[in-house]
Order: sequence, then C-alpha cells, then structure tokens
Amino acid sequence: MAAILKRPGVPGRRHVVRGASLLASVALTFLGLLLVTFLIGRVVPIDPVIAVVGDRVSADTYARVRQELGLDLPLWQQFLRYVGDVLRGDFGTSVLTSRPVLEDVLRVFPATLELATAAVVIGVVLGVPAGVMAAVKRGRWQDQLIRVVGLIGYSVPVFWLGLMVLLVFYARLEIAPGPGRIDVFYEGVVDPVTGIITVDALLAGETDVFWNALYHLMLPASVLGLFSVAYIARMTRSFMLDQLRQEYITTARVKGLSETRVVWRHALGNIAIPLTTVVALSYAGLLEGSVLTETVFAWPGLGLYITNSLLSADMNAVLGGTLVVGAVFIGLNLLSDLLYRLLDPRAR
Amino acid sequence: MSVQTQNSAARTGGLRAWLTTETPQSRTQAKLGRIYLGWLTFTRNTLAVVGLGIMLLLVAMAVLAPLLTPYDPLAQDLGQRLLPPSGAHWLGTDAFGRDILSRILYGSRLTLMIVLLVAVTAPVAGLLIGTVAGYLGGWVDTVLMRVTDIFLAFPKLILALAFVSALGPGIENAIIAIAITSWPPYTRIARAETITIRKSDFISAVRLQGASKARIILGHVVPLCSSSLIVRVTLDMAGIILTAAGLGFLGLGAQPPAPEWGAMIATGRQYVLEQWWVATMPGIAIFVVSLGFNLLGDGLRDVLDPKG
Repeated sequence: MAAILKRPGVPGRRHVVRGASLLASVALTFLGLLLVTFLIGRVVPIDPVIAVVGDRVSADTYARVRQELGLDLPLWQQFLRYVGDVLRGDFGTSVLTSRPVLEDVLRVFPATLELATAAVVIGVVLGVPAGVMAAVKRGRWQDQLIRVVGLIGYSVPVFWLGLMVLLVFYARLEIAPGPGRIDVFYEGVVDPVTGIITVDALLAGETDVFWNALYHLMLPASVLGLFSVAYIARMTRSFMLDQLRQEYITTARVKGLSETRVVWRHALGNIAIPLTTVVALSYAGLLEGSVLTETVFAWPGLGLYITNSLLSADMNAVLGGTLVVGAVFIGLNLLSDLLYRLLDPRAR
Repeated sequence: MSVQTQNSAARTGGLRAWLTTETPQSRTQAKLGRIYLGWLTFTRNTLAVVGLGIMLLLVAMAVLAPLLTPYDPLAQDLGQRLLPPSGAHWLGTDAFGRDILSRILYGSRLTLMIVLLVAVTAPVAGLLIGTVAGYLGGWVDTVLMRVTDIFLAFPKLILALAFVSALGPGIENAIIAIAITSWPPYTRIARAETITIRKSDFISAVRLQGASKARIILGHVVPLCSSSLIVRVTLDMAGIILTAAGLGFLGLGAQPPAPEWGAMIATGRQYVLEQWWVATMPGIAIFVVSLGFNLLGDGLRDVLDPKG
C-alpha cells in the first residue's frame, strides 16, 4: 500500500473540482441536518417563551421575550439565526443542567468515544478473522457457525443482551463489574485530560485505575461490538470470496506459495481498502448504537445524556446532542469516502 | 437438490407437470409455474422455511391471542405479583401480577401493527420517489437525490428519538418516526433499478404508443423494481422491530400498560437481578421474531434477487 501512496500524483484540476464538489455536498448535508433539527425544535408542543419566563407573566413581558428570542421573525430568518448560532458553537442552554449544551456534550462525548472505539476494536479483531475463515471454509461447518453467530448479532436487541450479560456475569457468576465506568473507590483519582479514563490513567501512570476502567469497559463494549463483529465478518466473507475466485490467486498457488500466505497476504491484502471503509461505517453505527447500551450500563456518555434530556423534555440538549452525533456521522461517512479515494488508485 | 428434480421428472401428469411444463398454454399457467419454481428454491433453504414458520407463528399468536390464554393482559392481581414460571403461569407474572405469556401474546399484535404500518408506508414512498427521480432524470433527479442523501447521512435511531421527542411519546409517533427515517435506502434501490430499465426497448415501445409518464412509471417501472425492494424490506423488518422495541424500552414508544415487548423489558429491568423472568421473556420474543425476519429475508433474496 505504501507503494501506492508514493505514486507521484500532482493534484490536477480534476482533483480540485472533485474535492470542491465533495465539500459542497458535505456542507449541503450538514445544512440539511440543521434544517431538520431546527424544524423539530419548532414543532415541539412546548412554547419556548414560557419555557424561559414561566406562564405567569404579563402579555407585555411575553411579547418582549418573544421578540428577544427572535420568534416574531419569519421562519427563514429564524433559521439563519439558528445556523449562525450553531456555527458559533451556541447550542443554547440545557434546562436540566443549566449549563451551555456544547459544554455538556463535550464533557460526555469522550465516554461514548471510548466505548465505541473499544467496540470497533472488538469488531475488527474478531470479525475479520471470522470472515476470512468463513470464506476459506465456504459451506463447511465453520462457515455455518459464523453465519449463525452473525444472524444472532443482527437479531438480538442490544439493550436486552446488556441486561442479560449483567444478570449472568455480574449478578450470578460475579466475574464482571457492575454498571458505570469505574469503581467508586477509584473515582476522581485521575484528573480528566482527554476524558477517556483508560488514556488518562495511563498518562497519569495509575495502572490500577487503568485496569479497573478496562475491566468496566469489557462488558458494554462486547455487547455493543457484537453487531459490528457480525457486520464486519459478513462483509469480509463476501470480499474474500470475490478475491479467492481471481486468477492471481491461482497463480500464487501454482507458484507453490503456502495456503496461509495466499489467503492472509495476497487475498486479504487486496481487500484492505474496501474493509477500511466498512470499519469506518460500522464505527458510525456504533456511536448510534451506544444510546441503548449506555442506558443499560449507566455509562455516562452522549447516549445517556440524550435519553435523560429526552425524558425531561430538555429540547436544547436533545437537539444539540442530535446535531453532534449527526455531524460525527457525516464526518465518518466523508472519511470513509476519502480513504477509499486516497487508497484505491482506481478510484482516483 | 437432485432428488427433488428427479422426483418432479419421475411423476408425469397431475398438477406438478402442469406447473413445470416448458410450454405453458396461458399467462396464468406461466405465472403460477414461475411461482412454483420459486417456492421450490425457497423450500430448499431450511433456515428460510424456519423464518417463514416464525412469521406464521407470529400472525397466529396475534390473531388467536384471546383463545390461547385465559388471562387478561392488562388486569392486575397484586396477590399474584412476581411469581416465577409455573404450571399456572408458564412464563411467570410481572410486578402487577399480570401473566407474562398473555402479555407477550397480545404484544405480538403491537409488533405486527408496527411492522405492517412501516412496511406499507416507507417502501412505497421510497419506491415512488426513486422511480420518479430515476425515470425523469435531470433537475428532478438531482433535487430528490440530494434530499435522500441528506436523510441517508443521518443516524436513524437518533433521528427517530428526536422526532419522537418533538411529536410526544406514543406508539403512533414511534411508527411515524421510524417510517420517516427508513425510506431513503428504498429510494436509492428503486432509482438504481429504474435507471437500468429506463432505456430498454419495451419502455420505448410503451412510450411510442403514447403512454403518459405517470402510466409508464406506475404501470411498467414500479412493478419491475418491486422484487428487489421486497427482499430489502424483509431484511429491514428485523431492524425496525429492534428500533421500535428500543424506543419502547426508552419509554418513548408504546406507553404502559400496553403490552409492548420493549416497554415490558424496561419495567422488568428493576427486578432483573431477582425476578429475572420479567425482563428475559419479552426479550426472547423480540429476538426470535427479528431472527425470523432475517432468515426469511435471506431466503427471499435467493429466490427473488439472484444477482445479490
């Protein structure tokens, strides 16, 4: 792959045009996201003026606040104001925590990032070998077994699975920790730098805290990662089947290369690019899947923040959280697209 | 596989021969013959038949619920609360003394309703938008596909959450939210199929006969796009059931005391360490039904969409 990257490529006009159109489409998508959250915010049956001043005010005060909030303007002007606010990082104030929503979101986001990253690592480490194995042993019992595990991963409700593993491993077998990111005993030992406890603990050299945090991460990450194991294994299998049919594989075999080398070096090396995009997409899916997993494991991330805000009708917080997840989602889609174009010479 | 082929070849005459003849006498016969061959392909796939069986079971549960259980799914009996599974209550009782099996049986009606309502709205909308965009092309195509891409770039569950929070919790709003977030993939599929057949000779022939655009799209393009869409819808149903249950679990879908499976898990959650059956049983129901849709979808794909 290094050889591909080193190929002398002067960015020509074609690249500039393509890059510009990609950027334009991302900007348009983000604008669409803003429009949707804006409209959702407008159809809510909660009067934003009453939410600010309460319902025991005079008509004058009501009108004044309404004007201050810009609610007397035409809808399109309100939308422009909204876009301006969001671009300046002003998502409004959370009713629940009475702090700016952006501050809240930045505080809880690292926990979600930690959980989703651990889950995607599990997905790659288990999913890729499983997919390769299924393709090599096509139709045999190994293939069937991996297919059944994949079907379970696609079909099981993740919040129920979370409850069940807590019941079995925490309550009955007592080999796993309970909900939360870390034991109460270790709470506050490490100062948050990145907000990702495992990383912070390593930075501070607190190995006890690191192992405890990892121990807490194990169960929720496995539950969340099951879907991504299933997805990555299925895609790897189908990419590998395509490759194993090709003539260069026959050539490699005829040359007398070992089967291990043919499969793991030649075939797998050639699917690295599409696989990268699959991993990026599954990472985006995991950020979303973390909403339910976080609720079950009391994991204080973005998902739990959004659901808690939902239940207390804290619309600024809900829409701010939705915007951030949406933006990350769009970003990851763009990243997988760019990676594909960058790594695959045929797509350039 | 070969055994079945031999069987059908060996038995000449009768219905099977009429269905498998290579020289059908009428369109109906040809059509029925095609369906029969599809059915044979489908039944060769054991897992797909299991999936179909689960679907039939779900429908039977929903229709026959009152006959299958003596208990009322909503009636509370506080003297009978949190009983473990026994002869009287096969799956135990919940915190209000309601029989869990009865609630699961009646809950299948809600699951079926969600699935049916989403299945008749989102794919139909996607099919219409996709075929119109693909057939007309030009700026109509550009605009419609831009909008589709915007919706496609959203995280579905989060968007559904935001919609439900705006519309207010409840099963109807959960269905609307799921439908709003699930049409874009269908649009993409329908458009791709439309573009491949738009320039075919038979479409030109229909156009030269003076058929209107609406007639061509509705009468000739839409039917050809349907089969790949059906496969996709069946596979998506599993995800829709999981999303609906997830919304119910978060308290945003069906409201208590409705026996919705996700909401049942949510109420059983606080007893999960001692009275494990309260949360476990509805989860198994969700899992089995969603597995059934996945198996059925896999089997249908082999029959209807040989390219995939």
